[in-house]
This record gives sequence, C-alpha cells and structure tokens, in this order.
Amino acid sequence: MEHVDFSLVDWSRAQFALTAMYHYLFVPLTLGLSFIVAFMETQYVRTSNPEWKRITKFWMTLFGINFAIGVATGLILEFEFGTNWSNYSWFVGDIFGAPLAIEGIMAFFLESTFIAVMFFGWNKVSKKFHLISTWLVAIGSNLSALWILVANAWMQYPAGMKFNPDMARNEMVNFWEVLFSPVAMNKFFHTVTSAYVLSSVFVIGVSAWFLLKHRELLFAKKSIIVASVFGLVASLLIIITGDGSARNMAQHQPMKFAAMENLYKGQQNAPLAVIGLLQKNHTDTIIRKQDFTFKIEIPSLLSIMAFQDANAYVPGVDDLVNGNKQHNILSYKERTEKGKISIMSLAEYKNAKKTGNDSIANVALTKFEENYAHFGYGYYANRDVNELVPNIPLTFYSFRIMVGLGFHFIALFLVILILTKKDKIGKKRFILYTALWSIPLAYIASELGWIVAEVGRQPWVIQDILPSIAAVSQIKPASVQLTFWLFFVIFTGLLIAEIKIMLSQIKKGPEPESVDLKTN
Amino acid sequence: MFETFQYIALQQYWWIIVSLLGAILVFLMFVQGGQTLIYTLGKSEDERTILVNLLGRKWEITFTTLVTFGGAFFASFPLFYSTSFGGAYWVWMLILIAFVVQAVSYEFRKKPNNLFGHRFYEILLFINGLLGTILIGTAVATFFTGSQFSVDKMNLTLLTGNKMPIISEWTGLAYGLEAALNLQNLALGLTVFFLARVLALLYFMNRVNNTEIMERIKKQLLYNAIPFVIFFLTFTVWLLLSNGFAINPTTKEVFVEPYKYLHNLIAMPIVAVLFVVGVALVLLGIIRPITCFVKCHTKGIWATGIGTILTVFSLFLLAGFNNTAYYPSTFDLQSSLTIENSSSSYYTLTIMSYVSLLVPFVIAYIWYAWRSIDNKKIDIEEIKTETHIY
Ligand code: HDD
Ligand code: HEM
Ligand code: HEM
Repeated sequence: MEHVDFSLVDWSRAQFALTAMYHYLFVPLTLGLSFIVAFMETQYVRTSNPEWKRITKFWMTLFGINFAIGVATGLILEFEFGTNWSNYSWFVGDIFGAPLAIEGIMAFFLESTFIAVMFFGWNKVSKKFHLISTWLVAIGSNLSALWILVANAWMQYPAGMKFNPDMARNEMVNFWEVLFSPVAMNKFFHTVTSAYVLSSVFVIGVSAWFLLKHRELLFAKKSIIVASVFGLVASLLIIITGDGSARNMAQHQPMKFAAMENLYKGQQNAPLAVIGLLQKNHTDTIIRKQDFTFKIEIPSLLSIMAFQDANAYVPGVDDLVNGNKQHNILSYKERTEKGKISIMSLAEYKNAKKTGNDSIANVALTKFEENYAHFGYGYYANRDVNELVPNIPLTFYSFRIMVGLGFHFIALFLVILILTKKDKIGKKRFILYTALWSIPLAYIASELGWIVAEVGRQPWVIQDILPSIAAVSQIKPASVQLTFWLFFVIFTGLLIAEIKIMLSQIKKGPEPESVDLKTN
Repeated sequence: MFETFQYIALQQYWWIIVSLLGAILVFLMFVQGGQTLIYTLGKSEDERTILVNLLGRKWEITFTTLVTFGGAFFASFPLFYSTSFGGAYWVWMLILIAFVVQAVSYEFRKKPNNLFGHRFYEILLFINGLLGTILIGTAVATFFTGSQFSVDKMNLTLLTGNKMPIISEWTGLAYGLEAALNLQNLALGLTVFFLARVLALLYFMNRVNNTEIMERIKKQLLYNAIPFVIFFLTFTVWLLLSNGFAINPTTKEVFVEPYKYLHNLIAMPIVAVLFVVGVALVLLGIIRPITCFVKCHTKGIWATGIGTILTVFSLFLLAGFNNTAYYPSTFDLQSSLTIENSSSSYYTLTIMSYVSLLVPFVIAYIWYAWRSIDNKKIDIEEIKTETHIY
C-alpha cells in the first residue's frame, strides 16, 4: 500500500491511547475497592460493630467519586471503535461487538442498579439486602472487566473465527473459543488481580496517612488488615498470571515478546536480562537493532519463561524480520508477499463472482485461503518492513518497571501485615511513608502493563490480520486532532477535580459515629 | 431454540431489540430534560437540591441504556456502527462529550473542593440536557431522511493508488453536523428535547413533595407541551408525506418510493396500532394533569412514559421493516444500509439472541431495586436525612 495518511492514523492511535489510559486510571480502583468494601461490610453485618460501618462508608464514598469518572471515560472508548476505527468495526465487528453488548447487558446494569441501593439504601432496605447489593456491585464491575478483556485478548489472539469472503469480514464460528481462549482467561485474571493489588495499595496508603497524622488509629489498622491480606493473595496470583501472559505472548505474538526482552538474535537457552540499559538506536542497520550497554542476566531463564524448557529456541527481532530457515520462520518480506496475494485473490474472487465465473472464483478463493494467515502483512507490500517492528525501548523498560514494582508490592504487603499484627506499625514512619508513596507506583505499574500489551503489538490491531493503517476511519486528521485535544482538556480537568475532591474527602476522614447513629 | 430461526427472522428480532432499547432510551432521557429545568423550577438552593437528587438517582440507568444501545447495535448491525459513527463523526462526538460531562456532575457538584464550583457542574448538566437530546433526535431523524456516504467493501483490497483501504466514506459536508441543517431532522431533535422536558416535569410531579415547585411545574408543563406537540406533528406529518427508501425484495435494489412511510404504516397494522396508541397515551399523560391538576397529577409519567416507548418503538420499526432501508444514503442509494445487508452473521445473531433472554431478568431486578429505595415522596427534610446526597 503506497498511500497512508499517517497523520490520520497516528492521531487516531494517540486519541485511543489517551482515552484508554485515562479510563484505566479509574477502572482498577473500582474493580478492587468494590471487593474490599464488600469484605468490610460483611464484617459489619457479621459483628454488628458500628466501627465497621464507618469504615465501609468511608471507603464507599471514595469508591463513588472514582466510579463516576470511570464511567465518564468508558463511554468514549466504546464508541471510538466506530468513530475512529470504522474499518475495524466492520472487519471484525461480527466477533468483537458481541462481548461489548454482553458487557452492557450483563455487567453494567448490574453495577449501576445496585450502586444506587448501595448509596441510597442504608436506611431503606434490610442489612442483608444492602450487603448483597454491595457484593453485586463488585461482581458486576468485575464481569465488565471480563467481557472487555475477552474482547481485547481476542485482538491479540484471534480465535474462534473464519473469514467470509462474500461479506469481506471475519465471522464468529465458535463463541466458546473466543470466551475461553487461554489468552483471554489469563489476561482477565492478570488484569483483575493487578487491580486488586492497586486497590489494596490505595487503602493501605491512605490508612498509613491517618496513622502518620495520629488520627483514626483503629479505623486505619482495621482497613490495613483487610487490604494487606487481600493484596498479598492477589499479588501472588499476579506473578502466576503474569508468567502466563508472557508464555501466551511468546507463542502468539513473538515480535512483542522479542521487543519486550530486547532480544535481537534468537537463541536456545536464551537468558533473561533482569536489569538492562539499552544503547541508542543504530541508525545504519535495517531494523531498529538495540544492544545493551549494561545488563544483569540469568542464563536460560527466558527460554524457560517462554516455553518451560531451558533448551527452547526463542526467536529474536532479527529472525522475525529477516526470516530464519533453520527454525522455519518466514521473513517479513515473504509474509508481505503472501499477504498481498491473499488480498489480491480476494479482489479476484469478488470480481469473478460478480461476472458469474465460478471456476476462476474457486481458484482465487483457494489462493486467498492458503495465504490468509498473512493477510494483514499485505498492506505493507511496497513499504518498509521496519514499520512492523514496535517501539522496543518503551516495551522493554515498561515491562521491567512493572515486574519490579510487582515484587515491591509483595514486600510491602508482607511487612505491613506483620507489623500491624504485632501492633508496631504506628511507629514505623518510614514504612508508613513508603506505603503512602506506593499509591502512585501502583498506578504506574498498571499503566505500564497496558503499554507493554498495546505498544508491543503495534502495528497490529488484530494480530497478523489487520494493521492500524487499514483499521481507521476516513476522517480529516484535523478533526481527530481536535477531538484529541478536547478529550485531553476535559479529562485532565476532571482528573484534577477528582483528585482534589478525593483529597478533601480523605482529610475529612470517616464520619464521626454519633452523626452516623442518628441516621440509623 | 434460536437455531431454528431463519436468518431474516433473527435480523428482524434484533432490529426489534435495538428499537426497543432506543425507545426506552428516549423515555429515560427525562433525566436530560430535567437537567435543563433545575433553575426554572428550583428557585432556592434547597429546591434545586431536591430536583438534582431526584434526577441523580436515575441518571446511571439512562447512561447505561445508552451504552447498551450502542453495544447491541454494534453486535447486531456492525456495518451501521462502522458507517455512521465513523462518518457522522462530529454529531456522535458531540453527543458523547455531552454525556461524558454529565457522568461526573452529580457526584462532584456538591463535594467540597471540587475545583470549578457547583454552578459549573450545573452548567454541564444543562449542556447534556440540551445537546444530548437535540442531537440524538437529529441523528435518529437521518434514519428517514438519509445521509451522504458510500460503502464499498472491496475497498479493503485497495493496495495501490492514493486511497486508503477504507470501506465506508462520508461525503456529507461536515461529518454529520450537516444533518442539523435539515429542518425535518431538526424538528425531530426539538421534539425529543421538549418531550424530555415534559417527561421530566411529569416525573417530578410524581416524586416531589413541595407546593412551590409543584406550582412551577404546572406552568412549565403547558409551556413545554405546546412546542412538543407542534414539533412532533410537524415531523410526523412531514414523514408520512415524504419519500422513503424502499428495497426491491427480489433484486435488493434500493429505490425512492413516494409516501413510503405512510405505506409502511398501512402495510403493518400492528405498527400502526402501536403508533396510535402510543401517541394517545403520550397526550393523555400530559392532558390529565393539566386539566385536573390537584387530584390526578401524579400518574402522568406512566401514561406518557409508556406512550413514548410505544411511539418511538413504532417509528424505528417504520424505518427498518417492510423492505425499507433504515440508514439511507442520498449520495449513493445502493450503499444504503438495510437490516439484511448490515447485520452480523447468523451464528453471532444466534448467540446474541440467547444473551437477549437476560433482558427481562435485568428489567425485573432494576424494578425491584428501585421500588425498594424509592418508597416515598421527596422533600427537603427527607433529603437531609439521606446518607448520600448530590
Ligand atoms: C499493579 C499492576 C501490575 C503488576 C504489579 C504486574 N502487572 Fe503485568 N500487567 C498489568 C498490571 C500489572 C495490567 C495492567 O493488568 C496488564 C496490561 C494488559 C494486561 O493483560 O494486563 C499487564 C500486562 C502484562 C503482560 C503483557 C500481556 C499482554 O501483552 O497480553 C505481561 C507479560 C505481564 N503483565 C507480566 C507481569 C509479571 C511477570 C509481573 C510480575 C510481578 C507483573 N506483570 C506485574
Ligand atoms: C484500559 C486499558 C487500556 C490501556 C491503558 C490501553 C492502552 C493503549 C495504548 C497505549 C495504545 C496505543 C498503542 C500505540 O499506538 O502505540 C492502545 C491502542 C489500542 N488499544 Fe488499547 N489499552 C487498553 C485497553 C484496550 C482494550 C480493552 C481494547 C479492546 C477491547 C483496546 C484496543 C485498542 C485499540 C483498538 C487500539 C488502537 C489501535 C492500535 O494502535 O493498535 N485497548 N491502547
Ligand atoms: C477499549 C476498551 C474499553 C471500553 C470500550 C470500555 C467501555 C466502558 C464503558 C462504556 C463504561 C461505562 C459503563 C456504564 O455506563 O456504567 C465503562 C466502565 C467500566 N469499565 Fe471499561 N471499557 C474499556 C476498557 C476497560 C478495561 C480494560 C477494564 C478492566 C480491566 C474496564 C472495566 C470497567 C469498569 C470496572 C467500569 C465501571 C466504571 C468504572 O470505571 O469505575 N474497562 N467501560
């Protein structure tokens, strides 16, 4: 494809990235805090201790503030598939639309209905009904994560579908393969557990602030216990599911994997660079070759991580771009040729059909199907294949920081839990400050996780089948640019307002018991 | 069970679901209508608090219905999603922005330290009520009046030349905003706007316990019902007299047919009945409180609400059924979208049909949850004892 309006493609990508990243600033706290609040309220119902009710209500208020802005940012994302990725919406809408619709019917209504009971029902419904409502909010929000992550995982690993040449689109042939694909399941569990970690860090950090201020000591300690147990369990699951994510990636998205590991030359017994500094780009090489100026490696670990076998061969960027006969890897040049054949055969098929020439149509169809695995590469015929390599440093560093922070959180939960149990936490100011400052770190880890997942798969919107240059809508770049800035201004303004409101609610602290009892 | 359906039956089933969601959405936009009336009806801070809180308990349902309407449309008619959203870019973006700013406003409005002050969030609510209703009405009107676009799936195979391989192309002037220049579209936009306000007034009547506000509602009901009826009649008469976009059932060719929507109404007596009953109920719910304000004022929302759902539902059916192109292109007639050429595959529609069986269950729990928290009329004393106030 010779003509690509890059300013259109890039602004559309930038807009999607901006809005998705804003949405994900609010989503994880909803996913985790809803459960934490449900645990707390369960304690209240079990013990009838009004202190637990105060605790529940305090965190519920913060939940409500965060929830509102999460909803606001989500709306745009859903419709952006149509507004900015219209080709995509047709090409895979038959599969992709379903989880979005199911999310609305199954999850969003559950969430928004019972949130009303959660907030307005305290004096109106029975304790038990109220508790059930709180749990339903947690379940509803996590169900919405399930469906959207199924949709996203499907883009990384398109399963359960078949191309229909008469309609010129992909069609779903097996719903269960879409829903239960290993990539989808893994992605769901990794993402929700990471959200539980973020929420636990949030609760611990805020409670630490109260301890530092010598306010609400009982409240803070009880909150810390709930959150650190929850966080600890979740963070152990994060490692398992994160490892699973990496393995899926090695199998289905080898380029992303090579980029994430900055692996240029493929090898057996590939080592894992635990820490590494990348050299500046070599401008003279064909592909964006990177080397380390500094690294600490563990031998063979990468092969084990990817294929659970120290001797396994892990392909590098070079092998994928330039091909590797020994390991049966086609070069990108060959794949673009095959992709082009696939695309041209589709055109031939359609023309033959129109003129009623069935034998030509059949030949074309066979050629199309033989090469369909490379379809998306066809759009890069006559283009520089380097465009098919994602941003390596960004993926590489993002991954390392995320994993590093993951271990930091485990340590934090452990230390905090032990100190609180021994009732020594109040005096450990350093630990309390660390907990407080870990709140932004949890957000950073979460955003970086998405950067690994989404930047690492560039330029594919649907892995190997549809690149972003063939997925966009035909709009003037200036329009997209304008909406980008509109969203930027609106979301940033709302974010600042949200943070200010949160901070004043936190400073206010939980309602004094007397006020609370009056309304009871 | 759905496996035994024919493809066309599933397509029609899904058009019915989408239509029903659209109809419920228009009814629930009483929240938007109410947002434009906060200062008209509420003269003191306390009064406004009552009104905002009444709306605030319902905004999420309207919002979620909008989201689900979009998702259901995507899953069942993806070519519409791709062509309309990607083409009429600015209309949809403005609608979305109008709803984005709404979502935070209730929660943030009265919170201390909210950066912009409570007036700001009230302005956002007003913008949502104004733009959201008018633009959605305008956009839906293009189901009858058409837009300028072309669809060619074979564009996907464009590897050479200076066009990108994009299927749908919008040729309208202003990415959808041109729709607002068409008076017929605008008539429906304004109909929706005034209808939303009327519905809001009836909702407030049903829920508010405050004599001053009630007095103002009575006046406003008349002021808003008159323009609503005028705009609605204008649109309807225009619609029934205008040309429509018909499909030749054998060749699938789209052609312009005079009086198409009138013909549809006659050809589908059930739809005609729904429409007439709907309109009658809408008017009944408005007229009764105006004529006997004191005694029978509280139930109007039911008649007008149900009437709204029936009327909008039947309008959607007029647009899509009886061999009609529901999203016509005036630029290239043969690019027009029909429920047959724009739908999802048989398999996907089957799966989604099973999912649709959840809908009655969803409606049932919403009903149950609301009944349990909306058990009495609202006055300021009631609000002050609330645990969560907007
Ligand atoms: C608190 C946040 C957090 C933490 C501490 C971790 N992750 Fe993570 N990670 C995420 C939050 C996250 C995420 C935001 O949820 C992502 C983005 C996309 C996804 O599926 O989950 C993600 C993606 C993601 C991916 C990319 C998946 C893909 O491209 O589909 C891998 C390979 C890992 N993670 C691996 C790990 C490992 C080995 C960790 C070890 C401790 C880890 N993550 C900690
Ligand atoms: C909410 C968490 C998410 C974040 C923070 C996120 C982040 C990003 C980023 C940074 C990009 C830009 C990549 C680039 O252009 O270099 C991107 C692109 C994209 N992502 Fe995500 N993503 C998220 C979730 C999702 C989900 C759930 C889906 C689909 C269901 C999705 C679909 C897309 C699409 C369609 C693009 C644009 C096409 C492309 O550039 O590949 N994203 N996302
Ligand atoms: C491109 C991808 C995405 C789209 C299209 C999308 C869409 C939406 C929409 C429309 C809403 C508002 C729903 C309402 O009316 O209540 C929403 C909220 C929500 N979304 Fe997303 N979303 C995306 C990514 C994600 C991801 C990656 C997650 C979780 C991992 C997620 C989890 C949630 C949750 C929990 C809510 C509830 C509101 C809140 O954030 O507090 N979403 N989303």
